[in-house]
Amino acid sequence: MRLRKTMVAAAALLAAGAAGAEEVHVYNWSDYIDEALLAKFEEETGIKLIYDVFDSNEILETKMLAGASGYDVVVPSGSFLQRQVQAGAFQKLDKSKLPNLANMWDVIQERTAKYDPGNEYSINYMWGTTGIGINVGKVKEVLGEDAPVNSLALLFDPANMEKLATCGVHVLDAPTEIIPAALKYIGEDPDAQDIETIAKVEPVLTAIAPHVLKFHSSEYINALANGDICMAFGWSGDILQARDRAAEANNGAEIEYHIPKEGALMWFDQMAIPADAPNPDAAHKFLNFIMDAQNAAAASNYVYYANGNKASQEFLNEDVIGDTAIYPDAETTANLYTTSPWDPKVNRDVTRLWTKIKSGT
Amino acid sequence: MNLRRLFLIATPYAWLAFFFLVPFGIVFKIALSDYAISIPPYTPTLDLSQGWAGVKEFLDGLDFENFTFLASDALYIKAYLSSLKIAAISTFITLLVAYPIAYGMAQAPDEWRPTLMMLVILPFWTSFLIRVYSWIGILSGEGFLNQILMWTGIISQPLTILNTNTAVYIGIVYTYLPFMILPIYAALEKLDISLIEAAEDLGCTRIQAFWLVTFPLSRPGVIAGCFLVFIPALGEFVIPSILGGNETLMIGKTLYDEFFANRDWPVASAVAVVLLLLLIVPIILFQRNEQKQREAGL
Repeated sequence: MRLRKTMVAAAALLAAGAAGAEEVHVYNWSDYIDEALLAKFEEETGIKLIYDVFDSNEILETKMLAGASGYDVVVPSGSFLQRQVQAGAFQKLDKSKLPNLANMWDVIQERTAKYDPGNEYSINYMWGTTGIGINVGKVKEVLGEDAPVNSLALLFDPANMEKLATCGVHVLDAPTEIIPAALKYIGEDPDAQDIETIAKVEPVLTAIAPHVLKFHSSEYINALANGDICMAFGWSGDILQARDRAAEANNGAEIEYHIPKEGALMWFDQMAIPADAPNPDAAHKFLNFIMDAQNAAAASNYVYYANGNKASQEFLNEDVIGDTAIYPDAETTANLYTTSPWDPKVNRDVTRLWTKIKSGT
Repeated sequence: MNLRRLFLIATPYAWLAFFFLVPFGIVFKIALSDYAISIPPYTPTLDLSQGWAGVKEFLDGLDFENFTFLASDALYIKAYLSSLKIAAISTFITLLVAYPIAYGMAQAPDEWRPTLMMLVILPFWTSFLIRVYSWIGILSGEGFLNQILMWTGIISQPLTILNTNTAVYIGIVYTYLPFMILPIYAALEKLDISLIEAAEDLGCTRIQAFWLVTFPLSRPGVIAGCFLVFIPALGEFVIPSILGGNETLMIGKTLYDEFFANRDWPVASAVAVVLLLLLIVPIILFQRNEQKQREAGL
């Protein structure tokens, strides 16, 4: 009898605990937020925020397609979002719960509508470019003062890569980023959808692959900052973070980010709510919190990526809004391109091509 | 009494069924299905609400296409062979490193042995992942190893070890070393010292006595250790992905690509099924060896 009483009491306590501590699970890219914002969200809403990170779209997509991920907010990039919407992974946003949508920047909204028509399923968190990060001193040491640091030739010309290999090169392990750049370099459409055109990049990439120390999508931040490598082909904000870490460490490594003059991939990381999110209500609150002008500005000031929030721009630090590597000028922006997802058959061939390029098999 | 016996026998079989056969069945089923853009990303899925017709429709949708696909592309066979090579070489190196350590431990005075044993086990108190990551700090271009070698003047240019197969071998040997030391130590510890004395009395040199007496008697430990290293090394994913480079082709990584980059769960499952079949051979050999040992012990 007493045991039963204890059990009832315990059950009641558990239920109360569950109701009292509302939770929201957010799954975002690594090194991609000012942690102070997370504390601020908890303070403002009283919702416990559980924050978890990933470093590749593929990992996120696998969790989404498996279903029951347990996350309330996730951050896929444009073309991945498009495919996941098609698979039914996300729920439509309840825009009545998102008054801060008014802060969003129409220029970016128009571009993201390509992946998510009408921006029904997602809001833009950050956007950026994929380009060239260099350790200025080391690159000039091996390539001379007039090294083509703002050209795709730095990466795709084997003569340059052969020399750069002596001080180390990392390249994103993401065919969706590198293949469009290689297509651009050889003068093809970077958004080519047929495998015959895509296959034209094979000789270009095969020629440089032996000179790439590692294909990886997050290690280059530290490797560049520590001076382990002298060049990385990666995401703008990551390279700018490496720049700041190197400056903090005061190790003599001077890092620069360059948008290739031939043009660069413009990508968008979109916040969306999974169809089976345990707490969609709290998820909307989080999205609205992020779209607050000051919060969006705080996030960008910390991670050095541009955001899709027009109202936030007055709160951005000068070294963010004034840096053309982050907010490119009109001329550079006109040269940026976007891509759309390959169909499954082409995707398989591309992955196979990518493996062949990397491992020679 | 009979019921108790039945229960005792049934327990391991139930364990095997729930934690091996059922998951294997699920993976095998996915290997027979086809890729689709949906949740979950394959078709057909079993729809029990349609009753028997649903089951029939489901069975009709299954085929062995993914297995024939594996045979059609040289990538998979190369990845299997390369994994076999890396696992075999690292097992051999582990043995070379572990045997002297185990031998030394077995020769040590009785009161030292628990401490030495403790030292072998101690690294397990730190997460495996952290231990592998710490090798990045040791092996990288600006890492400890290169700094020491350059400071002592042995080399003038930093060695490129990280992100090569060499780093993978170092990682595997380091990680699995205790699994080799412990069974060899267990075998050597039981060794009757008077057998070696007898061999020496009968004219053997110390080296001859080692090869004629000590090593053959430690063989069960050596074999057990080799299997304990070889089997997990074959399917290793974490070490090659953290320490390895572009040249490192291992089946664990290929499987990861199929699953994550291609989102093709059916082909990934087919790769997993084949990997398992490949692993079953050494596992059965290992079981047999154990059994023989037990019989010899009786």
